[in-house]
Amino acid sequence: MSHRLPERDRPWMMRTYAGHSTAASSNELYRRNLAKGQTGLSVAFDLPTQTGYDPDHELARGEVGKVGVPVAHRGDMAVLMDGIPLGEMNTSMTINATAAWLFALYVVAAEEQGVPEDQLSGTTQNDIIKEYLSRGTYAFPPGPSMRLVADMVAYTVEHVPRWNPVNICSYHLQEAGATPVQEIAFSMATACAVLDAVAERVPAERMPAVFGRISFFVNAGVRFVSEHAKLRAMTVLWEQLGRERYGVTDEKALRFRYGVQVNSLGLTEAQPENNVQRIVLEALAVTLGRNARARAVQLPAWNEALGLPRPWDQQWALRIQQVLAYETDLLEYPDLFEGSKVMDGLVEELLTGAREELVRVEDRGGAVEAVPYMKAALVESHRERIARIESGEQVLVGVNRFTETEPSPMLGEDGGILVVDPGVEAQAREAVRAWREQRGDVSAALDELRRVAASDENIMAATLAAARAGVTTGEWAGALRDVFGSYRAPTGVGEAASPAADEALRDEVARVSEALGRTVKILVGKPGLDGHSNGAEQIAVRARDAGFDVVYEGIRLTPAQIARSAVDEGVHVIGLSILSGSHRELIPDVIAALDGADIPVVVGGIIPEADVPALKAAGVAAVYTPKHFELDRIMHEIVALVAARNGVGAAA
Amino acid sequence: MGDGEARGRGAELGARLAAGDRSAAPAALNLLETRTAREGAAALVSAAGEGAGHVIGITGPPGVGKSTLLSALLHEWRSRGLAVAVLAVDPSSKRSGGALLGDRARIEHDPADRDVFIRSMAAGERLGGLAPATRAAAQALANAFDVVVIETVGVGQSETDVAEAADTVAVVVQPASGDALQFLKAGIMEVPDVLVVTKADLGAPARRAEEDLRAALGALGADAPVLTVSAIAPTQGIAALADALATHGENRDRVRVRRLGALADFVHEHGERGLRALGGRRAAVRWLAEQDESLDEPTLYGLLERRNQPNG
Repeated sequence: MSHRLPERDRPWMMRTYAGHSTAASSNELYRRNLAKGQTGLSVAFDLPTQTGYDPDHELARGEVGKVGVPVAHRGDMAVLMDGIPLGEMNTSMTINATAAWLFALYVVAAEEQGVPEDQLSGTTQNDIIKEYLSRGTYAFPPGPSMRLVADMVAYTVEHVPRWNPVNICSYHLQEAGATPVQEIAFSMATACAVLDAVAERVPAERMPAVFGRISFFVNAGVRFVSEHAKLRAMTVLWEQLGRERYGVTDEKALRFRYGVQVNSLGLTEAQPENNVQRIVLEALAVTLGRNARARAVQLPAWNEALGLPRPWDQQWALRIQQVLAYETDLLEYPDLFEGSKVMDGLVEELLTGAREELVRVEDRGGAVEAVPYMKAALVESHRERIARIESGEQVLVGVNRFTETEPSPMLGEDGGILVVDPGVEAQAREAVRAWREQRGDVSAALDELRRVAASDENIMAATLAAARAGVTTGEWAGALRDVFGSYRAPTGVGEAASPAADEALRDEVARVSEALGRTVKILVGKPGLDGHSNGAEQIAVRARDAGFDVVYEGIRLTPAQIARSAVDEGVHVIGLSILSGSHRELIPDVIAALDGADIPVVVGGIIPEADVPALKAAGVAAVYTPKHFELDRIMHEIVALVAARNGVGAAA
Repeated sequence: MGDGEARGRGAELGARLAAGDRSAAPAALNLLETRTAREGAAALVSAAGEGAGHVIGITGPPGVGKSTLLSALLHEWRSRGLAVAVLAVDPSSKRSGGALLGDRARIEHDPADRDVFIRSMAAGERLGGLAPATRAAAQALANAFDVVVIETVGVGQSETDVAEAADTVAVVVQPASGDALQFLKAGIMEVPDVLVVTKADLGAPARRAEEDLRAALGALGADAPVLTVSAIAPTQGIAALADALATHGENRDRVRVRRLGALADFVHEHGERGLRALGGRRAAVRWLAEQDESLDEPTLYGLLERRNQPNG
């Protein structure tokens, strides 16, 4: 084999995960990004759209247009894709519980452009299992959700052959604390669960084609050598699964195809400029070796731990990719690691561990049945990671080491982040009401949807018909909720191991509990639709280990529900966690709903510095952001707060 | 809080509950759980008196779907216009003394609905048992709520505890788990008032579990109803279960609950040694059965204390 390629490789597809405020402003952003040399689209939907609520639903409050674009009906999708030729575009949509619906809206938008569905290429994320494990934007129970996934695969493999209907995500597993072995094993187990579900809905001879349409969405952390080994291990394991479990022989169908968004978990709020070099190194993990190179890459922005990135921040992330692909000589060589003792050794280690873990998941009945097991394992791994950072064993530059810093000039007048116009939500509420007024009667389309949902038929035909009829996102999901019921995923916190927590902290909790006459009780709450529960789960586990009675009811609660629970449960303090930017609306809502009950509220999450004074003014006792990584210190402060509020004195 | 102040506060909260004021529930529970306010708790219990509400114990091993079932039952009760309180007892961590509460299927209800009250309680040091304040709380709440549910985890150990606090005990099992059946046959578990098999949507395994339990009850000469339900959409058997619980509640034996409650308090205070002084549990239960039916729980407790210290 020559050490040079006969001709330079074509670069991977370059995307930026983008969308906010409204369909019109997101469309403008997409067009600008494409003009800058971006080669595909990656659509970020807001949380109401992801979880199947219209902008005027109670749970949507504070979330409309925040972490993505609201798409409530085919009209919104047409505006979002206006002027973008869908027959030529490759569009990735981060959409899961409502994937079938958003895909249908995309197909209808293409129809309106005169593009038939078999011309479309792109990806719907559509990996529901990781939503239960990590990301939290599920809508229905596991059984019906897997059926929706299988329906979409069965439909696209016949009608939209260039579409990747499912992008199995190891990405969010790493964000939830997964080790590389867990990431490999849990994502492979998920892929098998999807394939097994589809096998019941397509003829056996179509399964090799189905296998060939399954793609992955992975993560890469800053330990870029072993992260690259992880991708090589996945390549090997996927091919093996294809041959042995699904009898696939076509070499092309056996290829492990993946897109990537590199790690956000390791990005820091402190000295945020350091995130740039972290992102570059992580990009190397997914591009260095040709045999396991990403098909599509999107890089986070340097300021993600601070808030929502601005267009300029996203441009910088795109330029990193362009420098790597077009300026360096990376794409001129065959695989750099073939024959590497180090790489082969690492791959072998990971494969051994992943195969063992896969057996454990299989023993529990496969990925769907093993959700509680996997969730508990992830919470446990994440707890270990935080403990390593707290102890200094794992170094985070600027956070637990080398913390001396000059003031950053990058945090300008806007705080270095994008702030979504708070008027967006009211406009979206009005717009969806106006849409419902003018679009005509959709009750027949919804009845048909309910009928099909309760039957064994493929959901796609009725979904496409509903999309054309002008049904809204909330109506589509509402009809399915009527039939499927709703669901709450396991939190994993009950099973997490209890390490030796800080003795002084436990003594102090015991002292205050004794003085109060009953155990210090805390409610850990996640208001709104934000499903990123990792932080709240870690706080809940640590509080229990410190000796608190902890009430944690999981994600997606309204401020009224949280306030009611806090009062009925008789808690001494409320801890709220929000990462999606809706803290400005939802935190004051919780305090208002407490209706004068004297329970102090502390807040944690991605809270820009500029928002802290307003929260304090609304009555929040303390605000914690990613730079507060020492959980024990947070606990100490919470106990002190409870002691002070109840007049039982500070620590001796 | 001084004793006098606590007594006053307890008496006030007890009176509010006795008058059916459900908004007193959170503060009443705070007081009952306060270990340093025993006087206040006692005042609350005696001011509240014995409520007319139906106290139902729902128990079963983890993962059988108790909370999901409870959600469905709650909606059924609310649709019948009944006010419902739920006391959900969770185990505490032995190591830290802390507890994770509410880490289960959320019992969905409208936060504006004042006729629902849900409270989690840490079981404290007693494995599989009730929190110390649970029984008093259930009795006090039975004044202001039509139904008071005590939800506990376990099979084989905690039914006894629940039986001391509840008018009706329902044990929940899921298909294909043999534990309950074995415990029932071996007498480790007392025969509950109602047996519930969840996950009826599984079909044959649920029907088999129901038949096995019926056969075991038949062999024991017991006639407790066995009901198979599905608490997830589309629900099945929930109304029938609510009916079965209510039927048992109509014939409930409050005298028995009072006597067992007094004995439980006595054992909690004096331990196994105290129980031996009474001649053992069976003798104590027999002796209690001979006492006047009208005696309330504190009086019965006082009588037990006196027997324990015949010369005191």
